[in-house]
Amino acid sequence: MKRTKSVPLLGGALVVSLSLALTACGGGSGGGTSSSGGSGSYDKDATIGVGSLYEPQNLDNTGGGGQGVTEALNGNVYEGLFKLTDAGKVENLLATDHKVSPDGLTYTFTLRKGVKFHSGKTLTSADVKYSIDKVRAKDSQSARKSSFDVVKSIETPDADTVKVTLSSKSISFVYNLSYVWIINADAKNLKTSEDGTGPYKLDKWTRGSALSLVRFPGYWGTPATNEKVVFHYYKDATALNNALLTNAVDVVTSEQSPDALDQFKNNSNYKVNDGNSTTKLLLAFNDRVKPFNNVQVRKAVTSAIDNKKLLQSVWGDHGTLIGSMVPPTDPWYEDLTKVNPYDVALAKKELAEAGYAKGFSFTLDTPNYDPHPTAATFIKSELAKVGIDVKINVITPDEWYTKVYKNHDFSATLQEHVNDRDIVWYGNPDFYWGYDNKQVTEWVKQAEESDTTAQQTALLKKVNTKIAEDAASDWLYLYPQIVVAGTKLSGYPLNGLNSQFYAYGIKKS
Amino acid sequence: MLSYLLRRLVFLAGSLFLASVVLFLLLRLLPGDPANSLLSVGATPEQVAAARHAIGSDRPLPEQFAHWLHQLVTFDLGNSFVSTLPVGPEITSRLNVTVPLTLLAFLLAVVVAVPVGYAAALRANTRFGTLISGVSQLGIAVPVFWVGMILITVFALRLGVLPAGGFPQDGWERPGEALNSLALPVITVALVMSASLIRYVRSAALDVLGSDYLRTARALGSSFTRAMWRHGLRNGAVPVISVLGIELATTLLGAVVVETVFALPGLGSMLAQAVAQHDYPVVQGVLFVSTFAVLVIGFLSDLAQRLIDPRLRGRLSGGTR
Repeated sequence: MKRTKSVPLLGGALVVSLSLALTACGGGSGGGTSSSGGSGSYDKDATIGVGSLYEPQNLDNTGGGGQGVTEALNGNVYEGLFKLTDAGKVENLLATDHKVSPDGLTYTFTLRKGVKFHSGKTLTSADVKYSIDKVRAKDSQSARKSSFDVVKSIETPDADTVKVTLSSKSISFVYNLSYVWIINADAKNLKTSEDGTGPYKLDKWTRGSALSLVRFPGYWGTPATNEKVVFHYYKDATALNNALLTNAVDVVTSEQSPDALDQFKNNSNYKVNDGNSTTKLLLAFNDRVKPFNNVQVRKAVTSAIDNKKLLQSVWGDHGTLIGSMVPPTDPWYEDLTKVNPYDVALAKKELAEAGYAKGFSFTLDTPNYDPHPTAATFIKSELAKVGIDVKINVITPDEWYTKVYKNHDFSATLQEHVNDRDIVWYGNPDFYWGYDNKQVTEWVKQAEESDTTAQQTALLKKVNTKIAEDAASDWLYLYPQIVVAGTKLSGYPLNGLNSQFYAYGIKKS
Repeated sequence: MLSYLLRRLVFLAGSLFLASVVLFLLLRLLPGDPANSLLSVGATPEQVAAARHAIGSDRPLPEQFAHWLHQLVTFDLGNSFVSTLPVGPEITSRLNVTVPLTLLAFLLAVVVAVPVGYAAALRANTRFGTLISGVSQLGIAVPVFWVGMILITVFALRLGVLPAGGFPQDGWERPGEALNSLALPVITVALVMSASLIRYVRSAALDVLGSDYLRTARALGSSFTRAMWRHGLRNGAVPVISVLGIELATTLLGAVVVETVFALPGLGSMLAQAVAQHDYPVVQGVLFVSTFAVLVIGFLSDLAQRLIDPRLRGRLSGGTR
């Protein structure tokens, strides 16, 4: 079950992209810290070795830095006005307060005082404006660029105040801001250096090998609980596991090789942590074309596949079944696994009602890296039981992007969707899977324009239920997020939402 | 000798130019759009067009080629499509891993293979000789990554005496650490390389041992050792050196496997990633530098053969005796 190199490519692209997202300032979500409990004495000058498969392309998250740059620098080196906690809550960070005008169109943010950039300059509202504009800029490659189309103007009445005016209401605005790094407006060479406000500053980046961060002595907040963090990059899951086994690294941010877990589970020197990821494996139908434009057919296919067995064979006892697009860390999560249960008899009945009593045949476009080929083979044998003949067409991520994503030239495909709060794509009939339900589109729009998070949550729950009833896609399972660490380590993040990896709370005894 | 060197230099330049043309065209024949790897799901057509424009893949081929040639003559390998950082400095830093790895493995392989191969030839018909032949045959059949994994399992995971992979972040600032992390990869490559070298050395030595000149020398009263030293080694060395050149070049190009197994930030792993990302400037840059290295190795191996065997000198300098 080893992942190949192509995962960081497309996976990375998806990670940083699939989030239009809606916000809840702490509303609905379970809350609480999800860091592993740290206690006892620890070494304040420790160096923490972090093993990862995701090396940054460069250090600029609006210049094509990719997933790795978020993992290493987000929250550690750069901070936003708000922070998305490991539990999915949005908290104040560089903003101490924000006010929304009665019409919901003007946001006034008050900045924290005494915040210094690593270069020594004091943070002002001009830096915030610069940073938001950088994401919105014409040449920005930020995947979140489109979330900021709603911004009409940014004003800086004084050094501690930023006033943003929107063209339409957007309850996700504050959540979206948690992804905007506040950068010194005078900073240069952001692709190879940095100037953030975080608890660490960049020590050294050796391309192809490692990136190290050291504690920033002038940090405004609680200093990091360790002196230095070194991200070691590997291309291969086996090499990564070997590094952990030989103490070359202390923690692996995301274990991608389920077969390798046993060697850590059976070893008292390591702890295998099961977190909640936001990565969903989808069997996405092209809802525009026959036979998948028929709800009954989609329901039948969904009921004919034993997702539990599939998850078990890929991930063993890890991972979660979800009956819809929403993972448990999203505020509008509901358990919908019963909507289209695994039931072969039901599937046959639904197929007959849809006029396909004898089944049909379709081509499944399958990305060439794990777990997609495995899942495709499994689906083929499951669907054979109800008379559906699956032709597996293995394609590269590049082909997938052109054929499926851009040209919508497919019947059904497999894909992993990485981000949190990405149910909103079902409100967009032009998205690649072509789910078109006017009611759902309206609900998604209304949710974004909600006055309260409770209202937003209620609407998105409706969306969630509706797409499950329509079997808009088959949500095969939610990936586990497995962090493996030495037992000397505590305080590391467990869920790693959207590839974040806050390292400043890690303690080593 | 001077005219020979000049000829070789012209030949080298010509080969490099040809290589640059072939590299450029081959890469453009690959399926897939490099702009795709730069974009995320959700990108608008405008963003795609902007990405194409930024990397210049929207310009006509001749223009792109002229640009690439211009870069080459100005010793600039351009910027990566994906990271937008310059390719040249990164290649230099990767060479700091790949070149020591290759050379150390090569030296180790020669030090092992020459005496062992020679001994195997001297005792060709004994059990020892058969054993060496068998083991070297096995060594040729075994894939590099498998040897690497076995060594990791034994020396890193079980015994814990050497690192399983990786390279110090500070590179060669602390040479001891760097050498330590190269130990297992060097042994891996050297093992596989020496297996084939042993066979070449053995057959070259057998040739010499059965040669007329050696018999003549012995008949004229020379001792075996003296005869070997005076005539045998020189004659045996010529074919061995040409094989050494080929082996060295192969190892340099084959570094990708061992670099992946040992998570080394070398040229090979750089190439593998760039190919997957359609990062043309990086692929072009790495292959160009590798081509250059292979041509230089070929040149040096020719030169070495000429220095050893006077009969070759006239031939290689253009047939004038």
